[in-house]
Amino acid sequence: MKLTLHVWRQRSSQDSGRMVRYELADVNPDMSFLEMLDVLNEQLLSKGEEPVAFDHDCREGICGSCGFVINGVAHGPQRGTTVCQLHMRHYHDGDELYLEPWRAAAFPVVKDLVVDRGALDRIIAAGGFISVQTGAAPDGNAIPVPKGNADMAMDAAQCIGCGACVAACPNASASLFTAAKVSHLNLLPQGQPEKADRVLKMVVQANEELFGSCTNIGECTSVCPKGIPLEMIARMNRDYLSAALVRR
Amino acid sequence: MQLNSRIPSGPIEQRWDKCRFEMKLVNPANKRKFSVIVVGTGLAGGAAAATLAELGYNVKCFCFQDSPRRAHSIAAQGGINAAKNYQNDGDSIYRLFYDTVKGGDFRARESNVYRLAQVSVNIIDQCVAQGVPFAREYGGVLANRSFGGAQVSRTFYARGQTGQQLLLGAYQALERQIGAGRVAMFPRTEMLDLIVVDGRARGIITRDLMTGKIETHLADAVVLGTGGYGNVFFLSTNAKGSNCTAIWRAYKRGALFANPCFTQIHPTCIPVSGDYQSKLTLMSESLRNDGRIWVPVKKGDTRSPEQIPESERDYYLERRYPSFGNLVPRDVASRAAKGVCDEGRGVGGTGLGVYLDFSDSIRRLGEGAIRERYGNLFEMYERITGEDPYKVPMRIFPAIHYTMGGLWVDYHLMSTIPGLFVIGEANFSDHGANRLGASALMQGLADGYFVLPYTIGDYLANAKLHKVGGDHPACREADASVRERLKGFLSIGGKRSADSFHRELGKIVWDECGMARNADGLGKALEAIPALREEFWSNLAVPGTGEELNQQLEKAGRVADYFELAELMCLDALTREESCGGHFREEHQTPEGEAMRDDDKFCHAAAWEYKGDGAKPERHIEHLEFEYVKPSQRSYK
Ligand SMILES: Cc1cc2nc3c(=O)[nH]c(=O)nc-3n(C[C@H](O)[C@H](O)[C@H](O)COP(=O)(O)OP(=O)(O)OC[C@H]3O[C@@H](n4cnc5c(N)ncnc54)[C@H](O)[C@@H]3O)c2cc1C
Ligand code: FES
Repeated sequence: MKLTLHVWRQRSSQDSGRMVRYELADVNPDMSFLEMLDVLNEQLLSKGEEPVAFDHDCREGICGSCGFVINGVAHGPQRGTTVCQLHMRHYHDGDELYLEPWRAAAFPVVKDLVVDRGALDRIIAAGGFISVQTGAAPDGNAIPVPKGNADMAMDAAQCIGCGACVAACPNASASLFTAAKVSHLNLLPQGQPEKADRVLKMVVQANEELFGSCTNIGECTSVCPKGIPLEMIARMNRDYLSAALVRR
Repeated sequence: MQLNSRIPSGPIEQRWDKCRFEMKLVNPANKRKFSVIVVGTGLAGGAAAATLAELGYNVKCFCFQDSPRRAHSIAAQGGINAAKNYQNDGDSIYRLFYDTVKGGDFRARESNVYRLAQVSVNIIDQCVAQGVPFAREYGGVLANRSFGGAQVSRTFYARGQTGQQLLLGAYQALERQIGAGRVAMFPRTEMLDLIVVDGRARGIITRDLMTGKIETHLADAVVLGTGGYGNVFFLSTNAKGSNCTAIWRAYKRGALFANPCFTQIHPTCIPVSGDYQSKLTLMSESLRNDGRIWVPVKKGDTRSPEQIPESERDYYLERRYPSFGNLVPRDVASRAAKGVCDEGRGVGGTGLGVYLDFSDSIRRLGEGAIRERYGNLFEMYERITGEDPYKVPMRIFPAIHYTMGGLWVDYHLMSTIPGLFVIGEANFSDHGANRLGASALMQGLADGYFVLPYTIGDYLANAKLHKVGGDHPACREADASVRERLKGFLSIGGKRSADSFHRELGKIVWDECGMARNADGLGKALEAIPALREEFWSNLAVPGTGEELNQQLEKAGRVADYFELAELMCLDALTREESCGGHFREEHQTPEGEAMRDDDKFCHAAAWEYKGDGAKPERHIEHLEFEYVKPSQRSYK
């Protein structure tokens, strides 16, 4: 099939950036979206032009490296998928696609479709952990965890930190990301001692990173490749409120 | 060169204790005076960096991804082994040790493997305490599954995302130390050379991938946890960025490279579909617990699978290996798949595939149970192939997955360059010629949490290091050679992309040094690789500059190193005149087509020493003693 691509090209964070149009013939429907971009890049290279920069690593939807907006939707049209898992069989001959980087004040563009998501790491560094030194652990079966809790914690822990939730949110809020980590750890018995401290610190850090606040729109969960549900945010807010009350 | 593996004496179960007791300790107050560089934030590097910082060392940590959480370990699916014996099914440290030595086809160091089995139990405790949401039974206790190459259930898992959850555990521990200011983290930073001063590893040269800035980082010791080199084949299950640059640069600075030809082909991957293909996707081998592998009995049978009656299906693993059946080790399963495809009984468009069929299990356990166990893997399969594995059998084919070879290390995980430690998949230590499923995660975390943090202390306490500044001639020389190389790539001005060379190189290595090897083919590869390399250095196209994010430049450097490594792999494979584990030399097989070791001549690790560009590297050997598990021909019948 033949496609027309409009790709955001931006040399560096200083550059202002623009959409550039490319024509691509012979796109195989079994290709992944990133393989389609590989083909575009080979084409650009052979013309002596600079290939499009985009982040990627595992190409199987787990590392969270890849991600950009396709026709206005973070990670493209297929639910529960990252762009690296999206295959061209979902497109048709003659389609026109617009590719843009995540847009958020907290995610400055590095080049083309690549952004800096370091803010997400700093939210984790603020409190997204259980403080246990190597070697200080009791036997793995010493504390039974009800299966329901373990499963729910796993639902939350599946977050791949790609940043799509931020890109999709009109407020550029990182609430779904933060809530997923808070919920993962706060649902487990091991996470209880630091429960209050954790949620307070992480939420404060998210605010300091120029992420917006959550107004319950729900765009985040609809683009989340792991389908992290909105309830996680409600849980975080509950934990936050009770922690804030206790602190007073 | 005499390789000293520094294996402690005494009964095997006391060696690690003895070693720890004999080690010199660094006084807690002195630890902050020492600095350690950790390259890599996978399970090995992430665990090590966090633990070293907890102990009080000054740590600088590097990865090329934009976040330490994205290291390739994140992609591991199936699980992690530990000799907990929670299932009461007869497992023990000794059995895990035994299985690993045997699974590795008697080419691993017994003492290391024993230690690995010992600390495996601590790993699970540690991860649970960190909040890793392992699968649980209804009573709240940890669940286990069985995995290829073992007859007990000792594998712990978190759905199909075990690597992700273990890595997030290590990453969170690491972020905690970053937040506390005890680890300086450098994401999007690639190590391009090792600095060796007076024979000791003292630092690295890095490139900031965002700005192109070249920097010198100095420390008292350097740890490489930079992963495996499976991407030398271009198509592999590894993440696209996985590369050999760090260990290859260290090799060229004097660290010996052991058993480069020991690579693992994983039996259950999604077959190649076209020549645009950029990587291969693994379907966790845990699927072999409930899926049955078969091909048609008849050659060239093009009927769709449901039209082939039971009597015309060949469940060849169950037939050939009745006691292990579909759970034989990876090398055996992969070779068997190749065998049936070579006979013309492969399935799918290319004929390079076999069925992995769940219909019996679905009938027996219900679709719900199968969905619970493998839901996300089935989804992944459907996304890629457009086929629904609940209805049609999966098609799978072997693909390169893991590299057992790596930098040679002693019992302390130190390479032949004092002060250079190598952990995780980057070293050669524990898996011999074949790794058992769910053992890489175990090894990475064992090295990172429980072994290296001790052994590095002994080194630092004994080393008497003097201060080195960035203006030391060794630093300046390394810095200049990195700049020179980068300039070289940018100035070739040729026509072909690094990827196109990489793809062609990978094809040569896959054809001649892949699932089966012979002297003739290896000889051909040893001619083809240098010829292609020459073209690479004269016709490579790298647009842009070195002072910005330049992904083509990054690739060029990695591919250049793969070219050199590929040659060493073939040389190693040619020299090892036996079949063992993943290394199958067609000249050395039993009449039934099983691998035939030659313990008289090759009961050793081969460690190669760099002798200069264009010169033949020198082969050293570490003889392997098997005091506990007596070498026998592996039998899974
Ligand atoms: C698809 C897949 C599934 C798997 N499933 C399992 C499983 O179920 N069970 C199991 O036990 N094993 C499994 N494995 C194997 C296992 O995942 C790996 O062997 C293991 O995770 C390697 O960990 P590591 O820490 O050694 O390296 P990696 O996780 O590969 O980390 C390497 C690190 O080094 C950094 N790095 C590399 N080069 C440089 C450089 N030059 N400069 C700076 N940084 C650098 C990277 O950024 C990264 O942080 C699987 C592997 C694959 C491919
Ligand atoms: S490349 Fe890893 S999630 Fe897409």
